[in-house]
Amino acid sequence: MSDAIVLKYDVPGDDFTRAGEASSDIKQKLRKMGIPPEAIRKVAISMYEGEINMVIHAHGGQITVEITPEDVDMLLEDHGPGIADIEQAMQAGFSTAPEDVRGLGFGAGMGLPNMKKYSDEFSIESEVGVGTTVHMKVRF
Amino acid sequence: MTIRELADKGIFKVVCAGDDTDREISGVFCCDLLSVVMGRGKADAAWVTVMGNINSLAVLSLTDMACIVLAEGAQMDAVGIARAETQGFTIFATDQPIFETAMQIQALLDA
Repeated sequence: MSDAIVLKYDVPGDDFTRAGEASSDIKQKLRKMGIPPEAIRKVAISMYEGEINMVIHAHGGQITVEITPEDVDMLLEDHGPGIADIEQAMQAGFSTAPEDVRGLGFGAGMGLPNMKKYSDEFSIESEVGVGTTVHMKVRF
Repeated sequence: MTIRELADKGIFKVVCAGDDTDREISGVFCCDLLSVVMGRGKADAAWVTVMGNINSLAVLSLTDMACIVLAEGAQMDAVGIARAETQGFTIFATDQPIFETAMQIQALLDA
């Protein structure tokens, strides 16, 4: 679409001090564009959870965000270990996060469920040893 | 009650004063698991937690809560304080337990 804004972010792996930079940046941009606050909140939550997952599990990844007048489209791609059982990973409370990560307040098994809950469209594809791709859309 | 009015009560230590001290606090939210806070945190709430790290600041910002109140003597680490200062976030701290801290704020909001 000609009036779409496309933004790309590199999410650094294993660096919790920088997790959230991409979602904070998108949030600020959407706010300046006058997008409704509830839609911004949905984008911020789903994208932050995706970022955190990339940091914890996948040694980082890439996020491509496309903003159109109607919606925000987020594509999250990583080359991490992949998810063997997506159905299990989608269950609230299921987590494979290591103990040190739990000590930071993560690993409650809410990441993927939150991403699904707060996006209007959600799909996930994963292959063990290859990586994981998550596609999310939030409509205004 | 604004952030500044809460600070002026003198019941909590002000770790970082923040930029937006005229902002109204409209409720209290308590939880330490950041993914739960991400999903449930209420905009403009005072967030009472023991999680004092840079990720709590990201969650504060993304959920649009008004400020962090660190309870149980929990401290914000140095990286977090530096980030809070550059981004203008307000952080309070107290030795009180989470429940009592939340009740204190709620009582002030109800007054």
